[in-house]
Amino acid sequence: MLSILYFDIITMKLLLAKADIPNIRSYEVWKANGGYESVEKAMKMTPEDILEEVKKSGLRGRGGAGFPTGMKWSFIAKPEGVPRHLVVNADESEPGTFKDRYLMEFLPHLFIEGIIISSFALGSNTSYIYIRGEYAWIPDILEAAIDEAKAAGYLGKNILGTGFDLEIYVHRGAGAYICGEETALIESIEGKRGNPRIKPPFPAVQGLWMRPTVVNNVESIAAVSPIITIGGEAYAKIGVGRSTGTKLISACGNINKPGVYEIDMTISVEEFIYSNEYCGGIPNGKRLKACIPGGSSVPILPANLLLKTAKGEPRMMNYESLSDGGFQTGSMMGSGGFIVLDEDQCVVRHTLSLAHFYMHESCGQCSPCREGTGWMYRILKNLEYGKGQMKDIDLLWDVQRRIEGNTICPLGDAAAWPVAAAIRHFRDEFEWHVTHPEEAQQRNFGLAHYADPLEVIV
Amino acid sequence: MSDIQKFKVTIDGITIEVAPGTTIVDAARMIGGDLVPPTMCYYSKLKDTGGKCRTCLVEVSKGSEKDPRPMPKLVASCRTTVMDGMEVKSITSDKVIDAREGVTEFLLINHPMDCPVCDQAGECKLQDLSYEHGDEGTRTEFVRRTFEPEDLGPYIQLNMNRCIMCYRCVFAAKQLCDVREHGVLNRGWDSQISTYIGQALDHEMVGNVIDVCPVGALTDKTFRFKNRVWFTKPVDAHRECDTCCGEVRLWMRGEEVYRVTARRDEYWEVFEASNGKTGWVCNTCRFHKKKASDWVIEGPAKINRHSVITQGHYIGATNPQENLINEVIGKAPKLLFDIHSQSDVNRTEIELSKISGPAHADDFLPNQKIDQERLLEVSRKK
Repeated sequence: MLSILYFDIITMKLLLAKADIPNIRSYEVWKANGGYESVEKAMKMTPEDILEEVKKSGLRGRGGAGFPTGMKWSFIAKPEGVPRHLVVNADESEPGTFKDRYLMEFLPHLFIEGIIISSFALGSNTSYIYIRGEYAWIPDILEAAIDEAKAAGYLGKNILGTGFDLEIYVHRGAGAYICGEETALIESIEGKRGNPRIKPPFPAVQGLWMRPTVVNNVESIAAVSPIITIGGEAYAKIGVGRSTGTKLISACGNINKPGVYEIDMTISVEEFIYSNEYCGGIPNGKRLKACIPGGSSVPILPANLLLKTAKGEPRMMNYESLSDGGFQTGSMMGSGGFIVLDEDQCVVRHTLSLAHFYMHESCGQCSPCREGTGWMYRILKNLEYGKGQMKDIDLLWDVQRRIEGNTICPLGDAAAWPVAAAIRHFRDEFEWHVTHPEEAQQRNFGLAHYADPLEVIV
Repeated sequence: MSDIQKFKVTIDGITIEVAPGTTIVDAARMIGGDLVPPTMCYYSKLKDTGGKCRTCLVEVSKGSEKDPRPMPKLVASCRTTVMDGMEVKSITSDKVIDAREGVTEFLLINHPMDCPVCDQAGECKLQDLSYEHGDEGTRTEFVRRTFEPEDLGPYIQLNMNRCIMCYRCVFAAKQLCDVREHGVLNRGWDSQISTYIGQALDHEMVGNVIDVCPVGALTDKTFRFKNRVWFTKPVDAHRECDTCCGEVRLWMRGEEVYRVTARRDEYWEVFEASNGKTGWVCNTCRFHKKKASDWVIEGPAKINRHSVITQGHYIGATNPQENLINEVIGKAPKLLFDIHSQSDVNRTEIELSKISGPAHADDFLPNQKIDQERLLEVSRKK
């Protein structure tokens, strides 16, 4: 009852409610503002009750796939005498996504609280934070917070007299996008080359050191703390449909106010881009051309399909609405990396830069991804620099089609989807690069018809 | 007798009962024939291999008897175990055929295609794969990926440009040697097999990486450029060896032993030796016993008749017989007329088809009608 005061009810902020309090990073300030209440509450509950609360909350994984967290937790195998582990995936490397960095940098104790509660629910006595190498300064913040929590008795042996022991280790990655894939991440923690494992067995059965393991995103774990504080049912009331709770969106690109925003998934995409509370519109009076709503891997959408679904309804910022229409006319919520492109951006060049990223980050283990990503990059490079032919566009489509779904891990899909969506929605622009090779080096295709309202076919 | 429960699995309409834990590709190999998925990285004699090359993708149209839902994606048959009642489509699925063609193309876009100078040619699994599952033409004109050459030591030749990153050699070295001295460096497009320091592969069993390599990336340095595999004759032989089973295949020409390899089956996998273990071959047997007198020769090796290695070896062939005409047509040919009754050019005692060399003037009768006088008349008219 008291704790509800600690959340900003008007704007429905659960994660970032306290982000503006000066020096909130330190344990004293955090504790003075209601910190570790959720841990104290959780330690009086049984692990089963916590799992039940998380299931009731309808929390969906915030890393990109949107798999229900409670269900994931319930899959963990519980063989006698075998330790279990919680691994938090802080290898946030998706271009356009930087919400976890914000959480860990400014609210480390919220994150630690989530880990303690989740580890207690899962029975993990040793939990790991796998953080990407490029976030070089954040492990220090996290380790300082872990030390503070340990000094206060929230970590270590016999936490709050419950007999539950927990140690948290921060593991620094070495700068590989692929280590964000859960099995590659596990391999990396084990000290091996970060190659994704072939599934099955799934980590819930044989994960870290072949022990049952749950790998969760930073934001999912952080959200567990408010879920315990306000209760799963109250959390489920926020949001709409199966998109419950709040979601962090890291907005970037051609917008006036890039940054991390917490939304309750009831606002429309149009409002998110143009309202002053969020992105604050597009600078210099430019018009919206396209947007990638959920991190670089998800399909890009032209302005007309972004703001309105194929049925003519306004598109909302939640899991269901963003994926409305499937890949034909929709996209995905993904990890919440919201990238806005204005009319001066070239979709071909943009796709080229993404293709280069995936080529660079492919682990090289399975053939479609190792060879296909590099091939797509080379074809796109020809197209962008005016050396392409019409048949290259079809070839590109064929290459991405043969990568998608045929690889060990989702990186192949993630590399194929942006290319597929770019051709699907912006084929005119690709063809213009072929038919006007010299002009394409001088100027961009511009907005063209990509913002024109589409006829709704009933 | 045995009460171990067996799983029923149907592959392309053919049902077979296999032990639980069998992979789809092993079940398919029990059936045999065209439906066996091609495998470039999977090696049943090495643990943890497979899943990487994606050539063995199959469609599971029915998961199991209990859960009949089809699997949403194509699965790697080498790393998917069968379930009771599972139904698998291999060559009967268009999706599978398309995916295999795609994977073959991916493997070939950076392959140097230097088969004419490659020692592996003739026993290369990538050649087989592209022949059976690949497209006719190429759709890429980009410069192919190349690597700096690396010297692995005196026995093993590494040509990284040909490598398809199947990881078989890494698993072989890891499982056969006490220490693994090579691995995969770098990432993605640039990943490569390397020892990093060079000249480091000297373990007694490391020569087996040559046998497991499906392409010409790892070849026998002592055999390098000496002969084409299809000109050498495979012969099974053995010798007493303390380190390995000593059962090998010699590749000979005349009395000369050109190359020693392990005995491999049609899936390119090493046979089980007579001691029940996998017949890996040690470096001494492989590289240092190159005289026929070192070996007890058992006899010619059986090679699949579709292999180019069998060229010139006609097993079970029959030579044409004297009375072939009678056997085929059932009667002697009927002559419509006797040439000598119509023509006075030929000499009746000479059968032109039986003389040696070309016919000369004296094989014919002297021609009375064409005389000198008539030739002169013709030349005068001109």
